[in-house]
Amino acid sequence: MSAPLLAVEKLDKQFGARWALRGVTFQVAPGEIVALVGPNGAGKTTLLRILGTLTRPNGGRVFVRDTHRATLDRADAARAAIGFVGHQTFMYDDLTARENLNFYARLYDLTERAQRIRAVAARVGIEHRLDDLTRTLSRGLQQRLTIARVLLHQPAVLLLDEPYTGLDKAAADMLDQIMLDAKSAGRAILFSTHDLARGLAVCDRAIMLKAGRIVHDLPRAGWRDLAGFMEIYAHVLAGAK
Amino acid sequence: MGFGIWLPSSKGIPLKFLRQTFAIVQKDLAAELRTKENLSAMVVFALIVLVIFNFAFELQGVDITVVGAGVLWVAFTFSGILGLGRSFAAERDKGSLEGVLLSPVDRGAVFLGKAISNFIFIAVMQAATLPLFAILNNVALPWFPLVPYVLLGTFGFAAMGTLLSAIAASTKMREVMLPILLFPVSIPLLMAAVKLTGGALQARAFAEVALWFNLLILYDVLFLVVAFWVFEYVVEE
Repeated sequence: MSAPLLAVEKLDKQFGARWALRGVTFQVAPGEIVALVGPNGAGKTTLLRILGTLTRPNGGRVFVRDTHRATLDRADAARAAIGFVGHQTFMYDDLTARENLNFYARLYDLTERAQRIRAVAARVGIEHRLDDLTRTLSRGLQQRLTIARVLLHQPAVLLLDEPYTGLDKAAADMLDQIMLDAKSAGRAILFSTHDLARGLAVCDRAIMLKAGRIVHDLPRAGWRDLAGFMEIYAHVLAGAK
Repeated sequence: MGFGIWLPSSKGIPLKFLRQTFAIVQKDLAAELRTKENLSAMVVFALIVLVIFNFAFELQGVDITVVGAGVLWVAFTFSGILGLGRSFAAERDKGSLEGVLLSPVDRGAVFLGKAISNFIFIAVMQAATLPLFAILNNVALPWFPLVPYVLLGTFGFAAMGTLLSAIAASTKMREVMLPILLFPVSIPLLMAAVKLTGGALQARAFAEVALWFNLLILYDVLFLVVAFWVFEYVVEE
């Protein structure tokens, strides 16, 4: 088995007296799509934000490729290998879609920016709106723009927090295809979702989080269909301390 | 070691550092040129301050070359605070600062880019304010050395203001926090800037204000270095 692109070891995060994550350990291999599921407040967003280098953990280690992130000593290398979609678009309303993408391409110090921007815009279906101000785009189109931003630098690891938010069915299908293409290219994908039907259809593995702990790590073969997964999900969450 | 002290985490890639810095400056300028929200508010506010002071002093027959430096810097700093306050508030509100922090960009480049943008916005406001000051008070401004003195004062003010704007933006009372944090810290710098500006208005020889000039340079360097180093810890959660 090839070395994992993303390795998480005993990750802890505390907000005041409350533990958001406790001893979270897992790996994501190249070409693997992992769904992160769990009830509200389970720690999904906190986990993804730590992996995305936005939040500092209290303990534990994260490796992206061979990069040791937790000490922040090589965070730049990790950041270059990560594509992160969060709850916010991270876009500037007063810039056009093209200007936003060009800005991020410059931050990633990418070459051939114009071609890359055209390519990712076409990939997410916003090439005809590239010169529109971002504030004039609908929530769904802004989400597509956000996904285009993530694809710009072709990251080895995709971290997607509720990526289906605001997307219509066609756009959600497109996102599924983007994830499958990334999988074929050997990238590692970790995404959180409450849309279990859609998320389970595309993932290879599902990690269940509750109260900051991994309560189940289930490979695709472990459930027969959505109803079967829901049965396991309900059982695990009810039984997990 | 030398260069590494100034660019602590750029890993010997100053060109990349500079490219990223100017990407941030260009982004800020492009957004501002499109809306002109920040600049127009700053300029209008500064002009209002000048007009109010003009009426106040005209009634008392004050020599404007004596008090003019204070008037100008009240207008510059209060108006500058408006712009600095929006500098990171807008980035925090829309989460775009996180987008920047996600990318492999040196936090020093982010600071420098924002500081340069803020410096430019304040300088533009000053460029509109100084001629009006001259017209209202019927004085011929000694553009040299007045403009270099004003820009030197603005440099340190923008550097420290950028850092403190980032701190204030992460608090609930950011509109109040920025002036509370920035004005006390900036007092030595503003004193030097006012004295130098006054010296220029009164056509005093450089030797008479050299001490203030040295103090201003010292604070410019101090503010820039401290803000550059501390910024990373301010913006990272």
